[in-house]
Amino acid sequence: MMPLDTYEFNDVIHRCFRCGYCKFPTNWMDVNNCPPYARFRMESYSCGGRLWLTRAWLNETLEWSEHLAEILYSCTTCRNCEVKCPLSFNVDIVNMVVAARSEMIERGKVPPAVRRFLENIDLHGNPYGSARSRRDSWMQGTDIERYEGQEYLYYVGCTGSYDTRAQRSARALATLLGKAGASFGVLGNHENCDGNEVHKLGEAGLFEMLAQDNIERFKALGAKKIVTLSPHAYNAMKNLYPLYGGDFQVFHYTELLYELFKEGKLDVSNGFDARLTYHDPCFLGRWNDGYETPRRLLAAVPSLRLAEMEKSRDAALCCGGGAGNFEIDLLGGGDSSPARRRVRHAAETGATVLAVACPKCLVMLEDALKAEELEEKLAVRDIAEILTEAGGIR
Amino acid sequence: MNAIYQALADIVDAEHVSDRPEELYIYSFDLGTAEPHRPDYVVAPRTTGQVREIVRLANREKVPVVPLGGGLSLAGLAVPLKGGILIDLKRMDRILEVNEKGRYAVLECGVSQGQLTSYLAAHHPGLTHSEPGAPPAATVAGNALIHGQGDLAQPYGFNSDQVNGLEVVLPTGEVCRFGSCAIGASWFTNHPLPDVGLFFGWCGTTGLITKLSIRLYPAKRIRGVGQFVVEDEELVPEIIGRVTGTQMAEDVIAYSRAIPPFGLGLQHFTVNIAANSEKELEFKQELIWDDALGEYIRRGDGGYLGFTRGLEHPQISKTSDYKKGGGFEYVGSIMPIEKYPECYRRGREISERHDIPYTVTGRCVGVGHSMMFAWTYAFNRADPETMRQAREALHETDDLVLELGGVIWKPGTYGQQLILGRLDPGTRALMRRIKEVLDPGGIMNPGNWEGI
Repeated sequence: MMPLDTYEFNDVIHRCFRCGYCKFPTNWMDVNNCPPYARFRMESYSCGGRLWLTRAWLNETLEWSEHLAEILYSCTTCRNCEVKCPLSFNVDIVNMVVAARSEMIERGKVPPAVRRFLENIDLHGNPYGSARSRRDSWMQGTDIERYEGQEYLYYVGCTGSYDTRAQRSARALATLLGKAGASFGVLGNHENCDGNEVHKLGEAGLFEMLAQDNIERFKALGAKKIVTLSPHAYNAMKNLYPLYGGDFQVFHYTELLYELFKEGKLDVSNGFDARLTYHDPCFLGRWNDGYETPRRLLAAVPSLRLAEMEKSRDAALCCGGGAGNFEIDLLGGGDSSPARRRVRHAAETGATVLAVACPKCLVMLEDALKAEELEEKLAVRDIAEILTEAGGIR
Repeated sequence: MNAIYQALADIVDAEHVSDRPEELYIYSFDLGTAEPHRPDYVVAPRTTGQVREIVRLANREKVPVVPLGGGLSLAGLAVPLKGGILIDLKRMDRILEVNEKGRYAVLECGVSQGQLTSYLAAHHPGLTHSEPGAPPAATVAGNALIHGQGDLAQPYGFNSDQVNGLEVVLPTGEVCRFGSCAIGASWFTNHPLPDVGLFFGWCGTTGLITKLSIRLYPAKRIRGVGQFVVEDEELVPEIIGRVTGTQMAEDVIAYSRAIPPFGLGLQHFTVNIAANSEKELEFKQELIWDDALGEYIRRGDGGYLGFTRGLEHPQISKTSDYKKGGGFEYVGSIMPIEKYPECYRRGREISERHDIPYTVTGRCVGVGHSMMFAWTYAFNRADPETMRQAREALHETDDLVLELGGVIWKPGTYGQQLILGRLDPGTRALMRRIKEVLDPGGIMNPGNWEGI
């Protein structure tokens, strides 16, 4: 029996014709909306190429190689392909890639960077390999409360906890929530990785452990409502945790902030005097249809002028950081990397601020800004940081 | 390290060259039934200069060169039959100029149909181009080079007729220009310089097109599709004659197919109509449906099925996923319109003999001057037996095209040999001399037009 016989999508994967729709954004303006294809412009890196290579590997026409694994792991699971593919199996395209990755993991055949990423999460609860005891470093010097049954559990996530740039957005959100009078607390060093990237990398066993660990902890603390800084955590907790009994009310922070604004609790009256463009994070937009709330929040800020990029909402180009690629980095380097393409899109709007609602996008795009030498023209800011300024909070 | 690989990396860069199994595997396939053949190298250049250097390298090393655009011909034209260097040209994807007054666009060879459609809609909404029924990833240049036809084929003919100029890298590495651009003027016309049409229909055996100028046309504000149906296939040629006689349509297509079952045996027509005002639209509809086709409706021979506003741009093709099989291929032909009834009947017989639900389509090219008639055969990519059946049906259909007095459009190697077998000896000798002069090393897409 060949591996294809037991592959979950054995009866589907041959249906990809490689027509190439998956490379386009919704407005058809170019073939650069599949991040790996945009980066390398070889058919092997296109969505159809990945599926055909997967099938060839599973039916033993093609041997496994590290290059094959890198091609598979370079997919950021941004779901652009699913939006564009006109055929009925489109809902399973990302699942087919994830299932292929699971097969590789089952056989211990993954790129070294993926192995390190997963090992770090297993050992340290984060992909960076930083100590669990340093997870709360983002909140040092603040009076942010530990979670003890407040209305909201603020889940910060790995990037917001450890990355020095993203830590600023994590603190900004905490400040905003506090100023708006929201009842919330954080887990500090007791927080664990949400597992969204682990799931997308195909490590189902580790994901299950993480999900169960988090669910048990949240339940033990009596948490009912969770607000996340990251759309990645939001996606895992909202869509995957219920499969393991984790039935929480999960909010991306922009949703909660917008509710607070509508209730008159979030003050943005100082305004934000800038022309700004907004980058849709994949796990908020294409994965969870969260296109409008961030825009409504931004539209509520006096003096802020929103300019859309040609590729926005479900046509947005992924920053290249999904499915662990913010750390595994199979798409980095070179001016065709998704992140560098994306900051160029932002610069073309004439905006001086590129707004994001995801700590991974924040880090990816800020790094790209430096590589493109656009720092004097454009700044990347998280919406939480923009609203902090609009609220007159220093 | 392999010297050719290193030389290719020096010309382009290491990221856009590969001799690894994964790239060689992916680029070995056509999307239809053609047998795969692996290239030895895959390279994706960005500039004409890089293409030129790659071709010079191939000449020095006596290695085949296979140019690839969108790779959607479904005829196996970019399968590297004899290995060599496969050049993926899709990175050359800049729209260099759109001239609104002269109504043309200058494009690099990798610009896709979808990209041009989107660009015109965003920046020049008053202009459009003749977009083929291929997926939007098909390239404008590739489609023109195979004599493709688009949704303006009825008034303006083949897409190869829309070309105003070319930049070509010859098989020996020289770069040439054709049309007005050849004398340093703008790219506004292909005439009246001496005719050197050496690249259309040659299946990439005479050179690599790196730039082209393509004609654009006024995009009317209202565009839509009217539908008409008859039962008797014998009526189709005269109906097409009457509709094209009004000169009011942008695109006229007749088709018949076994799926869905209620359509079995019926001949459907789609007629694209465009107008700048409701008054113009009403006038055109009246001329087509009432004056030209009213008689069929009154006699009970045909039915008007309504008019839908808006064109699906680019078109969505779901044929490939028939029966969840992931594959289809078709034989296209350029055929006199009067042959429609026989094309339909004989094609249906072939399909039914091979246990494939039939699908036939005829798109009018010119004002009734010819049609592109296609017989489509779906297969299941996971089932080699269905692929074999489809391949047999395709070959039978290639034979049928010539038997019926048509010309095989974008023939694969099987069809090419059939054509060569019937080709006027003088023409064949001229083609051989042209090929020998242009490609003395025989490096360009070998296996195509073999034995010319």
